Amino acid sequence: MRETTYLQLKKNLKKDASGFPITRFALLGDCATQHLACAIRGYAYELGENFEMFEADYDQIDAQLMDSESEFFGFRPDTVLIQMCTEKLYERFVRTQLSDRSTFAEREILAIRNCFERVNAGIKCDILFFLFLPLDDGVFGAYTYREKSSFAYQLMKLNMLLADASGEYGNVRLIDLEPIRAKLGADQFKDAKMYAIAKMPMSTSALVWAASRVVDAVRARKGRFHKCAVVDLDNTLWGGVIGDDGLEGIEIGELGQGHAFTDFQIWLKELKNRGIMLAVCSKNNEATAREPFEKHPEMVLRLDDFSAFAANWEDKASNILKIRDELNIGLDSIVFFDDNPFERNLVKTMLPEVEVVSLPEDPANYVDYVRMLNLFDTASYSEEDQVRTERYLAEKNRSRLNESIDNYDDYLKALEMKAVCAPFDAFHTPRIAQLTQRSNQFNVRTVRYTDAEIAEISQSDKYITRYFTLKDKFGDHGLIAVVILERRGEELFVAEWLMSCRVLKRGMEQFISDAIMKIARQEGFLRVIGEYIETPKNAMVKNLYTDMGFESIGDNRFLAVCETYKLHNTYIREESI
Amino acid sequence: MKTVDTLKKLQRVFREVFDDSSIKLTEKTTAKDVDGWDSLMHITLIAEVEDAFGVKFSMKEVTGMKNIGEMVQLIEKKAK
Repeated sequence: MRETTYLQLKKNLKKDASGFPITRFALLGDCATQHLACAIRGYAYELGENFEMFEADYDQIDAQLMDSESEFFGFRPDTVLIQMCTEKLYERFVRTQLSDRSTFAEREILAIRNCFERVNAGIKCDILFFLFLPLDDGVFGAYTYREKSSFAYQLMKLNMLLADASGEYGNVRLIDLEPIRAKLGADQFKDAKMYAIAKMPMSTSALVWAASRVVDAVRARKGRFHKCAVVDLDNTLWGGVIGDDGLEGIEIGELGQGHAFTDFQIWLKELKNRGIMLAVCSKNNEATAREPFEKHPEMVLRLDDFSAFAANWEDKASNILKIRDELNIGLDSIVFFDDNPFERNLVKTMLPEVEVVSLPEDPANYVDYVRMLNLFDTASYSEEDQVRTERYLAEKNRSRLNESIDNYDDYLKALEMKAVCAPFDAFHTPRIAQLTQRSNQFNVRTVRYTDAEIAEISQSDKYITRYFTLKDKFGDHGLIAVVILERRGEELFVAEWLMSCRVLKRGMEQFISDAIMKIARQEGFLRVIGEYIETPKNAMVKNLYTDMGFESIGDNRFLAVCETYKLHNTYIREESI
Repeated sequence: MKTVDTLKKLQRVFREVFDDSSIKLTEKTTAKDVDGWDSLMHITLIAEVEDAFGVKFSMKEVTGMKNIGEMVQLIEKKAK
């Protein structure tokens, strides 16, 4: 969440966003949405996004969705936000007969599901939906939640039913505004007179926060999200200075302000378990900096929680660049946490793409503050996330082996690599969708897919799909590449080919290229066509097809003829599942 | 705060909200006199005026204000 105001966001609408990536965004609401639309577009501009907006008239959700010829479907949005407010929900509730109230949530969820299904029947589109904000009408007091016909009971149930529905539909995500309301206070979040006069369920200051959550959700889906938390040590992960205070003197756990730092470490550990990589960036002697992780009994984080560890006396911007190189990620996927305003300012100035968090002065406030920022929004989560750090650490062992062997071929042989090449299946669907969302560099066309879209493609006769896994003697990389091939008469078109960068230069590119050509031969195609769509990040694969033996035919398109294509030598053995 | 100062500060808020530095307010100014002052902008404007002066208008006041003079009077009454 950037610090900004509604007026600033409003002014952004006049600025030229034409160079920014475009999102076709539709907003449907049962309340007044004009100010929200303005805030979303303005906030998108703050983050370098161009939101082309379709805003339906007041309370036109059903009218737009029931008519397949409506302006909404004509606009062909790639994301829609449906805003239904609790105030309107309550109006429907009080109109419900007393005897029917205990099944109110079930009827409401049917109507909402119907909306989702109307969208999905017409277009391919991400759906965002605000959870209903809690409202206790104070009629039942402490009896409320044992009485199923109370509004608060039904509302809580409806939110749970929404959560279940969002899990079922691959393209629905729910945004919870309650933490924002708790932070601002209910009176600041909603100006009651503005709802009464203009049906505005949020104040303009709340709209800035709501807009930031919406834009975060859209960006996450487009692959623009944070992958790594870079943390300082002294007075960030523990109280005091390890070099001066020593192992016994730093505050962590029971000592001094230690609990506040423990809570911050727990939060970071939870991020790591969710797939965010952690890295240390500290001005310290390396051995001194490592000591608490190795020896302090109350530390939550240990060395193997970190994918990179930069403790030295160089400036922090240089160290962050080194971390970036080591982890092979973009600067814009890094978040930097440091208690020292000087260091923060240096990184902000030198590396403006890095998200720099201004930690509060009092460490007691660290964890509440960082929880509110929504720094790590995501559009996917899979078992791959849980083992990401372990995989990176195994990778480091590989590079050590590489350093000890002179000849690269000998190194590849020594890795004893084994790959699986298999059609998409239900089990791998979330991981495949996630890889399409995460991969920026080795990605020939950079099309992002949801779970639902991947499931659909894997069922379709039009496509041939393959995922690839790779393991070697140091560990399992898991699913590292995805190929989607489209049947086009005598030609097979490579609609998607992407690969995780961590398996580059192992012969996997050649292995996959050969696999594509073998499929084409088996299925009786004459030619395979590949295409490269340039993005700011995928220059790495500009020459991929020619390197693999394809011939350039102009317009960033490439051709290989099945009969004449030469298979490569690799050190990867194919395994069946 | 004197009326003339309130008016000056209010003018700054208006210029900011309408993003128009040519706006000049007098006590007689009404919505008709300011380009773009429709019901939608009125909501934005009220929120910004409330913030700038640290006051809250009632629902009746928001819908009932006839001109800038009335707004100034309300602000001065509430800011006391």
